[in-house]
Parts: sequence; C-alpha cells; structure tokens
Amino acid sequence: MSEPAGPAPLHGIGVSPGLAGGPVLRVAPVPPLPAPVPVTDPDAEADRAVAALREVVAELTRRADRSGEKTLVDVLRAQAMMADDPVLLDAVREHVLAGTDAPHAVDAAFATHRAAFEAAGGYLAERVADLDDLRDRAVAVCLGRPMPGVPSPGHRYVLTAWDLAPADTVDLDPEQVVALVTESGGPTSHTAILARALGLPAVVACSGARDLVDGTVVLVDGTTGAVRVDVDPDELAAAETAERERRTAVAATSGPGRTADGHPVALLANIGAARDLAAADGAEGVGLFRTELLFLDRTREPELAEQAEAYREVFAALAGRRVVIRTLDAGADKPLPFLHQTDEPNPALGVRGLRLVRERPELLRTQLAAIARAAEQTGADVWVMAPMVATRAEAAQFADAVHEAGLPKAGVMVEVPAAALRAGQLLEVVDFLSIGTNDLSQYTFAADRQSGVLAELLDPWQPALLRLIAEVGTAGRAAGKPVGVCGEAAADPLLAPVLVGLGMTSLSMSGRSLAPVRAALAARTYADCERLARLALAADDAERARKAVA
Amino acid sequence: MATRTVTVGSASGLHARPAALFVAAAGAAPVRVTIRTGEKRAVPANSMLSVLSLGAKQGTEVVLEADGEGAEATLDSLADLLARDLDAEEPADV
Repeated sequence: MSEPAGPAPLHGIGVSPGLAGGPVLRVAPVPPLPAPVPVTDPDAEADRAVAALREVVAELTRRADRSGEKTLVDVLRAQAMMADDPVLLDAVREHVLAGTDAPHAVDAAFATHRAAFEAAGGYLAERVADLDDLRDRAVAVCLGRPMPGVPSPGHRYVLTAWDLAPADTVDLDPEQVVALVTESGGPTSHTAILARALGLPAVVACSGARDLVDGTVVLVDGTTGAVRVDVDPDELAAAETAERERRTAVAATSGPGRTADGHPVALLANIGAARDLAAADGAEGVGLFRTELLFLDRTREPELAEQAEAYREVFAALAGRRVVIRTLDAGADKPLPFLHQTDEPNPALGVRGLRLVRERPELLRTQLAAIARAAEQTGADVWVMAPMVATRAEAAQFADAVHEAGLPKAGVMVEVPAAALRAGQLLEVVDFLSIGTNDLSQYTFAADRQSGVLAELLDPWQPALLRLIAEVGTAGRAAGKPVGVCGEAAADPLLAPVLVGLGMTSLSMSGRSLAPVRAALAARTYADCERLARLALAADDAERARKAVA
Repeated sequence: MATRTVTVGSASGLHARPAALFVAAAGAAPVRVTIRTGEKRAVPANSMLSVLSLGAKQGTEVVLEADGEGAEATLDSLADLLARDLDAEEPADV
C-alpha cells in the first residue's frame, strides 16, 4: 500500500524567490449587509452598534501606535476620529431606537456623511473610500466577522488574497506575513513589487489560492511558483532550515557586480526615499530614485526648499556613488491631487510622466533646480532621467532643461516601444538610457500591468520584450554609453545574465534582490551571458526562453 | 454667547491634519463649541465628519461660538489654532 497522497500542490507564477510556510489567512472580504432583522431590545442593540464603532477606533489606534511612519500615523488617527465622531454615534443610536438593527444603523449613519462628502466634491469626494472602509469594518464587527483587510493575528502566517491593492500593503506587517499567494495578479502587479521589496516569497496567478481554508498549512516556493498544501511540521521546519542556509550562502557574495571573467555590471538599488537605503547596503549606487513619494497626497506642489532637502538626504548618504534620480512620474496609476488632471479614458496612454511638462513646465524647472541645489551640497554623482519619453525631440528637450539647471548627466527611461526602437537616436542627445521593463511590457503587449488574466503576456521572459531590450543594448554598445534595466526584471537572478548578454551595463532593483543577482552573475562568464541571451531571444515563448536558460 | 470670526490659515484648508488637530482641541475643551461658515447651520466642532463637511479652504471665514465658563479662553485658543498654517508646521521628513 502506498501512502495516501496529500492534496495536489497549487501552481502559479513565482515572482519573489525564497521558501516559506505557515498557516494560511485570507484577506477578509467585505461582508454584505444581511436582510434587516427586527430589534427586540433597542438599548442593547444600540450598545452593540456603538461597541462595534469603538472596536474600529481601537483597531485603527493600535495600527497607528504600531506604525513608525509619520504620514501613515496621521492618516490612521484622522480615520479613527471619523469613526469616533459624536454626531455619528448619536445618529447610530437614533437609527437603532427607531427600530433599525445594528449593522443597518451603522450603514445608515455613514450614508448621510457619505452623501455630504460626495456632494462637496474635490478632496472630500476622495475621502468617500475612507468612510466606506470604516463602515465595512464596523458592519463586520456587528456581524461577528473579522474586519475586512489584511489580518493581524499576532503570529506568522501566509497571506492569501484575490489580489493585493496598494492600500492593503499599508496594513501588511512583515513581522507576521511570511509569504504571499494570490489568485490573480501578474509579475508586475503590486503584490509582486511589494513582495520583492519586503523580501517575501510570493506566488501570483495561483489558481485555487482563494479556496484555501484559513489555517491550512502551506509551503510557498516563490522561485518555482509551487504552493504545497497540508504540509506537516517536520517538513516545514526542514524547508525553513534549507532556506536559511540558502540565504546565508547568497549573502556571502559581496563587492561590485561582475561576471566570472571580471566584466563589470553596476548593481544598483531602486529607492523611493532615504529610508530605503538601509536595505540597499550592498549596492554600488542608486539606479532609480523615485521622487513621487514627496508629491503624493499633497494638495500643492512641494516647494523648492523642501524638495531639495529630501533629495539632499539621499545624495548625502551616497557621496562618491552614482544616484540616478527620476523626475516626477505622475499620471496613470499615480494621480496627484494638486495636478487637477482631467479624467482621461486611458490614463496609461494619456498625459503622464514627462508629458505633464507640456502643460506644467514649471514643475520640471522647480524639481531640476531642487536637484541641482541638493547635488551641489553633496558629493554624489547625480544623474537625472525623465519617465515616459517616446521621441528624440522629447529627450533633447529634457536634456537641455537638465543642462540648463547646471546638472551634467541627462538620460531618459525606455518604457515605450518607440523609444526602444530609436534608442540609437536617443543616445545622440542623452548620456544614458534606463529601461523600465514593467511599463515596456505593458505597452509592448497592450496588456494592463494590473491584469491577472494577462499575466503571461507581462512575463519579462517574453522574447518580444527581450528583442526590444536587445535594441537598446546594441545602441548602447555602438554609442559607448551606459544602458541599464531598472524594472522588476532586473531582480530575477536567472534573467540577469541574459540582460547582461543583451548589452545592459547596469541592473537596478530593490535592495534585497541584489545578493542573489550578484551571485548569479559571478557564476557566468560574459561569453556565457551572450550565449544565454541568444538562446532566450531565439525561444518561441517566455516559458521556453526560461527553460532554455535554466 | 462668545463668538470669534477667524480666517482659516492652513494651506490645505480645514482638512486632514489641520482638521484633526482642531477637532481634537475642540473635543478636549471644557465647553461645547460650534463652528459654521457663512449663514450655513452651525455644527459641533468636536465632530470630525461635520467639520470636514464644511469644506473650509485656506482663506475661508469661519465663525466659532460657545457658551459657559471658559468659553472666551477656549475660543481664543481655537481661533489661534485655525489662523495658523498647520501644514507649514508639518515636519518635512517624508
């Protein structure tokens, strides 16, 4: 007799390497309002409704206390004050005393304010989502269900979800969550980016993930995309030991990036603020400094002095090293309140990135002046690049603006196929190119970055994407100018040698991905990289390209 | 009844952090304070949702009212808070 086989493992796309396991907990769904029930004891029912709101206030306050991030603490405290509002509590009581049950009374009390916020428009209309979130939380407590969102049980667990929204990631505590598994999502989804930034193993587009019952013990392999179900404790412990050993071995490689035969490849970090530098310890510099963080949630443009201070903080920490700073990349999935952009039917194809400068030239002037001021005060080697550039004329205009600000190095991102196809012409007017593979995939395959259904098209191993990267690599070699990748593709240790073989001179990624990529490059000669690049380019599809190289 | 008319000084208006600071201060006051804009209905100043709904921007004139012992002193400190640019006092660490 053979042992009874456990449940079949689930399979998805591994998007963040590593092995971790534990009991599954789902992102709790928003509970639907059940049919109204008659109220027999109005006083007790009112107390129940008020207690639910108090529980929401307590939860938000706990989160605020736990969070070290000033902005987030302010947001959470303001939300707690909305749920603790005396006018709201009075309205809830009145509704219950008039015969409405607790969940419906909560819903009705919020509905009044929701309508007022919506009617006011502008900033208040944007806060309607906050009210809905508070209502959903209070209704869930009334119904004896967990509050919607990412659980915080106080122990380690594997988080499963349909997909994670940026808002969920705010609640995610990396001390408790050991791995991520989502039913939907692709290699460039928020889930994937978040997982890599936190160094958590993750599997996306994993069919069956949302059917896993809370408490089921799973083992997640973020490298292969396999999720084993009903894993016994011994096996879990053995896997965790093996994972620790693997991480130790990877971390042991250090120094600048180079192939086995000494061909240098600059290994750089992607950051959004000075605090990300801690995780980027082993980087030779910064290949992508995103400046959006400073602008988010602002009702007016941050002033020159404030911008300069934020940039100076980063530059000062990198004295003597390269910092590639990207000018404001707003629009599309990153709208900014102070820009008052009109609704666009296709924001990803609309006025975003450098295109904003057509209408708001002063935005770029101020930002470049702030960068120049910060660069002057520090010893960092500051390079400036623009997002969403399609033509040589746009690149030339940007380079002129950068030089006018007194900054020596100007480059542009290659995110649009038009830019990749004309990389040689772009390099006539700029000093370097940096490929944003996430957007380049989305625009090459006409597939939304957030779409789980289209994940396979967004796979960075797609030969058509590699072909465009090769165009850029060839142009870079011909011009003798640096060309690199700063998208998530650079963080894949298997793909990194291929990118080098395609002509990339730098790879930029989240800090935690540096060590595995450094180790992968050190194991190959430059001739190996070129051979692997040819194999991947010649493959029929992404899956075969990966297999040809592995 | 004590009354103060004051112009909102915060750049973002009576929203977000400035609103939270004002509502918390009003909630801690020893007397019940109301706030209104123009001829609209006065709302309790300790209600975050009502204060937000005023939609007061930088430069909007608001009227504070309160009764009872300590009303004058309470309104003085609340009016002072409203007149300041609380956004500018925000630490620039993000």
